[in-house]
Amino acid sequence: MNSMHLNVFRERIPTRNGYGDALVTLGRSKKIMVLCADLKDSTRVGKFAEKYPQQFVEMGVAEQNLVTVAAGLAAVGKIPFVSSYAMFCPGRCWEQIRTTICYNNQNVKVIGAHAGISVGPDGATHQALEDIAIMRSLPNMIVIVPADYEQTKKATMAIAKYKGPAYMRFARSPTEQMTTASTPFEIGKAQVFRNGKDICLIGAGPMVAECMKAAKILEKKGISAMVINCHTIKPLDGKTILAAAKKCGKIITLEEAQITGGLGGAVSEFLSQTHPTKMKILGVQDRYGESGEPDQLVKEFGLSSKAVVKEAVRMCR
Amino acid sequence: MKLTKITDLQMMAQVIREDTISSLLEAKSGHSAGPLGLADIFTALYFNVLKHNPKKPKWGGRDRFVLSNGHVCPVLYATMANIGYFPKKELFTLRKFGSRLQGHPHREALPGLETTSGPLGSGLSQAAGMALAFQRDKMRNKVFVMCGDGEQDEGNHWEAVMFAGKHKLSNLIAITDRNYIQIDGDTEDVMPLEPLDDKYKSFNWNVKIIDGNDMKEVLHTLQKSRSNKSKPLMIIANTIPGKGVDFMENDYHWHGKPPKKDEAEIALSEIHAQESEERGDWIDQHWRMKPIHSMKK
Repeated sequence: MNSMHLNVFRERIPTRNGYGDALVTLGRSKKIMVLCADLKDSTRVGKFAEKYPQQFVEMGVAEQNLVTVAAGLAAVGKIPFVSSYAMFCPGRCWEQIRTTICYNNQNVKVIGAHAGISVGPDGATHQALEDIAIMRSLPNMIVIVPADYEQTKKATMAIAKYKGPAYMRFARSPTEQMTTASTPFEIGKAQVFRNGKDICLIGAGPMVAECMKAAKILEKKGISAMVINCHTIKPLDGKTILAAAKKCGKIITLEEAQITGGLGGAVSEFLSQTHPTKMKILGVQDRYGESGEPDQLVKEFGLSSKAVVKEAVRMCR
Repeated sequence: MKLTKITDLQMMAQVIREDTISSLLEAKSGHSAGPLGLADIFTALYFNVLKHNPKKPKWGGRDRFVLSNGHVCPVLYATMANIGYFPKKELFTLRKFGSRLQGHPHREALPGLETTSGPLGSGLSQAAGMALAFQRDKMRNKVFVMCGDGEQDEGNHWEAVMFAGKHKLSNLIAITDRNYIQIDGDTEDVMPLEPLDDKYKSFNWNVKIIDGNDMKEVLHTLQKSRSNKSKPLMIIANTIPGKGVDFMENDYHWHGKPPKKDEAEIALSEIHAQESEERGDWIDQHWRMKPIHSMKK
């Protein structure tokens, strides 16, 4: 398995900036529309709104209307991107997404920003931990969790081109920039960021950087860890994951979400039916978040490289 | 096929009522009262007012008709079958395994359906989305949407009302099936909606109240709605649930159940009895619209 060419010096940039920047490029097509529920700047759609006022719609604080108006726009040929905080959309409007977007098979892109506990001080009400599970369970929906700024930019372009419903989520905090402008991105194609043979660490979103950190520490301890960036949780790249499972024999998944129904769930559903593999699912353990600084929370909830190292050492013993 | 004479439209509405009853009898489940109350409006829409082509359901120049209260779909299916979207015999497949006529309408299943509905309160939003796209692209298509009154308990509906008012979607023509019934009883007991017209006015809508079972008034209002200006239009259509069948009229128990065989026979003979002597000639002229209960399944 070939690993990707990645940045050596790693600047930290909010992934959502990649979304905003890609939209400005996409706006050249009149079909692209952006709908926002009173969170223009924090979801980074402000630049698009300024440049393409005719393609921008301010919906107010009304997430059910946000997604259903988008379904209507898509029904007459538009490609609407709807953005809010993941807690509110898809959190507030799951049934509308199910019926009017997914079952209806409308070409709507649902964007959940500020997902995960790293939202920080806002507390548990604003920390979406279940969004991946509720979106992943919908037929016709694909689920993308890009790893960094560049990847978010590419993922935004890719889902615009992809015909059908899509969900993309990102966290609030700046994330280490691992990929470069030339790193490829393909929906449904997981990326081996680092080769290894003893254990495979699979992450998504900002957790990929934590997996990379963990792999370096493990190397010093004599454990060779592979790292996979599983940016597409649905459809899952079974081929890459199966190869990793066969090679390493042990897998740890790490995600900023509940451990039920997310990335770990998807990987274990797949492997348990194809190649049962020793696994540990790391994520939020069936509880709600709380206020705090992102770094404090990531540590408290066991979502750091440290937690991965501890678990990997135990599994490789 | 376009019908322009009031008597022709009235006759057609009666055939649609008969077909609605026949399909519900065969389905053994489904909603009776709402569809019967709406037969006149659906007839006026599909046989006169809407720009559409049953042979080319994806024609880009068509108006869009969105059914928000999806549970009244038996009347939509009966109307679509009579105007030629699909063979009338298919009405006997309503709610059955493998049928294109799903228990609640599904866009992907049947050409001519603009959306999937069933869960209430989100049809107006989808229609508003379509209307906004037409408004921004300066296209002349109209968007018609049928809403139930009971579904206006939903918050999603009022989010759409605010939205359409804000954007002055004058190409959006909404109809409320104001029949005052919902599953648990009278709408004013379950969750009062009145004063409904004032609510829409205060949300910056044009409002028109009509007798939704008076074909002349229905036709005139819908035709005029095409030149609606400056605000979205809400037509509050007072309808009689179960219209045309004495034992069903205004009884909320008929909201969500189909007639049994003996009840269907009474209902069909009642509708026949209401028809004028012209019916015989009319059916001869419009043989394609012969009610399905006389057909072999």
